[in-house]
Amino acid sequence: MEELSSGSESDYAATWVSWFLSTKGNEYFAEVDEDYILDRFNLTGLNGEVVQEYSRALDLITDSLDDEGLDEDVREAIESSARFLYGLIHARYIITMRGLAKMLEKFRKADFGRCPRVYCYQQALLPVGLSDIPYHKAVKLYCPRCEDIYSPKSNRHGSIDGAYFGTTFPHMLFMVYPQMIPSKGQSAGEGGRLGMGMGMGSGSGNLNYGPPADVGSASTATAAMKAEKYEPRMYGFRVHEEARLSRWRLAKRDGQIARLEALERETNPPNL
Amino acid sequence: MDAAQDFDEPFDSSSQASSTQTSTITWINWFTSLPGHDYFCEVLEDFIEDDFNLTGLQSMVPFWKEALEMVLDVEAEDDTAKIPDVTIVENSAELLYGLVHQRFILTKPGLAAMLEKYEQGHFGACPRVFCHATHVLPCGRADMPGVDTVKLYCPNCGDIYSPPSSKYTGIDGAFFGTTFSPLFFQTYSELLSAPFCPQTSTVSTPIPPASASGLDSRDPSPVPSMSARPGGETYTNPDPHGGQKSALGKVYAPRIYGFRVSERARSGPRMRWLRERPAAWEELDSVDHRGRWVGAGGVGVKEEEDVKGEKGRLFDDDDEVKEEDGAEEEEEEEEEGAKMEVAEPVKEERRIPSMPPMKVTKPKGSPGGRGKAGGSR
Repeated sequence: MEELSSGSESDYAATWVSWFLSTKGNEYFAEVDEDYILDRFNLTGLNGEVVQEYSRALDLITDSLDDEGLDEDVREAIESSARFLYGLIHARYIITMRGLAKMLEKFRKADFGRCPRVYCYQQALLPVGLSDIPYHKAVKLYCPRCEDIYSPKSNRHGSIDGAYFGTTFPHMLFMVYPQMIPSKGQSAGEGGRLGMGMGMGSGSGNLNYGPPADVGSASTATAAMKAEKYEPRMYGFRVHEEARLSRWRLAKRDGQIARLEALERETNPPNL
Repeated sequence: MDAAQDFDEPFDSSSQASSTQTSTITWINWFTSLPGHDYFCEVLEDFIEDDFNLTGLQSMVPFWKEALEMVLDVEAEDDTAKIPDVTIVENSAELLYGLVHQRFILTKPGLAAMLEKYEQGHFGACPRVFCHATHVLPCGRADMPGVDTVKLYCPNCGDIYSPPSSKYTGIDGAFFGTTFSPLFFQTYSELLSAPFCPQTSTVSTPIPPASASGLDSRDPSPVPSMSARPGGETYTNPDPHGGQKSALGKVYAPRIYGFRVSERARSGPRMRWLRERPAAWEELDSVDHRGRWVGAGGVGVKEEEDVKGEKGRLFDDDDEVKEEDGAEEEEEEEEEGAKMEVAEPVKEERRIPSMPPMKVTKPKGSPGGRGKAGGSR
C-alpha cells in the first residue's frame, strides 16, 4: 500500500476504501469487495457516467494509483471522481447477494438510523434513492414498518446522492430476506415501552433482531392489521373530519386485506 | 431555530403591567429560552395569577406555593429555610409551568402565541419526504405528566413523530396535552391539509427531467405558501371545520428495477392506506359510520390495477341477507351521525371500524387479530 492522496486524514487507513468508509458522513456505505470492483463486467457503462479521470479514479479506489507528480488540482479531481465512482459501484454492489448480506448487517445494527414515526417504535431504516440517475435526489431512508420514506436527520447524510444506493435496494433486500420484514405494530420484544425516556437514547436494547413474530408465517396478507395509527382527540373526542379520513383509510386497508386473503385462498387451497 | 428564542411582543406589554416584574428577565423568559425548551411559548402572567386557571393543579405539584412564587418571580415572604433543596422547587416550578402551559395554549392568546411560533418553524418540519417539510406542532399523547414525552404532529400526514434531537427527550408531552394540536388545526384550518387530494396520482418517483443540477440536501420544495402547491391548483374543502390547505398527497411506491412491487409479493406494499387519501371529498362518504363501504361501489371503484374480480368476491351470494341488515343499521347511524357535527364520542373508537361486508363472507378463515369486529354485531 502506498501513501494515499486523500486530503488530510488519510494516514491511518490501509486502503482507500477503508479510508472512505471511515470518513464522517459515509456511515451509510458498505464496503464493496475488491473483487467486485476489479471485475470490469460490473463496471459496464460507468466510464460513460464518470466524466473525468475514470481510469485514474478507479486506480485510486483499488489503491493502484501512482500519484507521484500529480498536481493538487488533478489529484482533487481524481479524488472526487473516485468518490462518485465508488458510489455508483456501491449502488450496483448492494443489490448482489454479498452486498445485501453486508447491508443487512448494517441494518441490524441500525446504522441507518431509526424511524421517527412514533408508532414505528424505533424501527431501523434502510437507505433508498428516489432516482437511479446521479445528481437528482439526495438519499432518503425507507422504513419497512410504515413503508414510507423519510429524510435523514443529519445534513451530512442528507446531502449524499441517492443514486449511490438506488431505488431498488431496500425492496430487493426484503425480497431476498422476507423474514426480516418487521411486524407492522409493536413487536413482542418491545411491549409496554411507552413511557418517559422511551425517546431517543433507549434504542440500544432494541435491535429488532430475528424474524418478527407475525411474519414468520409465509403470509403477510393481514400484516397491516397490527399497525397502529395516531388519532387526534380534543377533550377525548375524535375530530370529525380526521375520523372520517381515518375510517376511509382503514376501509382501504381492509379492502386490501380481503383481496390478499382471497388471492391466497386461490393459490393455496386450504387442503394443502 | 433552537437557540434564538423570540419573546412574543404582545406579551411584553402586558407583563410589564404586572406588578411583579422587577428584573429585566423574568423566570418565564429564562425558562422558555433554555435549550430544549423552545417548544414552549410564554404563558401570560395574568393567566397564571388567576387562581381559576390553576384549579386542580395544587395536588399535582409538590411545594406548590414556592413553585408558584418562583414562576411568577415573587419574593418569598418567609425565609426559604424550610425547603431542603432549591432544585426541588425548580422541578416543581417546571412541572407547574408545564401544566399551566397545557391549559394556556388552549386559550385564544395561547393559540395565537403558538401560531406565531408555528409559522416561524420553531417546532421543526415533518421528516416524511412527501410532506415536503410541512411544519409540525408539538403534542402530547397523555394529559397527565410522567406518561410520555412530547411528540410532533404533522398536519399533512396526520401522523406523530419523535423530535429529531435528544434535547427534547426531557420534555413531558403533558405540557402540551392531547387536545392542543387538534384544537390548533381546527382553529387555524388553513394550516391543516384537506382530507382529500384531487390529483391522487399513484406515481411515486417521477424523475424531474429538467432540474438536474445539484442535490437537494433538504427537500425538493419547502412550499412556504399554502395555496400555491407545485402542480396543484387551489381547492376548497366543503367542510368548513376541516383542513383547507391543499394536501400533499403523494405516496411512496416501492420499485425494483423500476417496476412497482406487487402487493401479491410477500414483501409487497401493505401500508399505502396509511398515507392515501381519496381524490374527492365526496368519497369520504363512501365509507359509513362503521367503516364499511356504502353501497356496491365501495372498494370496487378504487381498486388497484391487479384486483379484478374482487367485487364479485366481496358480495358473495350467502352474504346477501346480512347485507340487508347492514343497510338498515347504516341508516340509523346516519341519523345519529348527523347530530354530531364536529366531534364524535370516544365510545365509537373501540369498535375497530371498517369490518366491511367482506368480513362477513369468510368467518372461518379469519385470523385472530380480526375476530373482534365480527363479534361486535
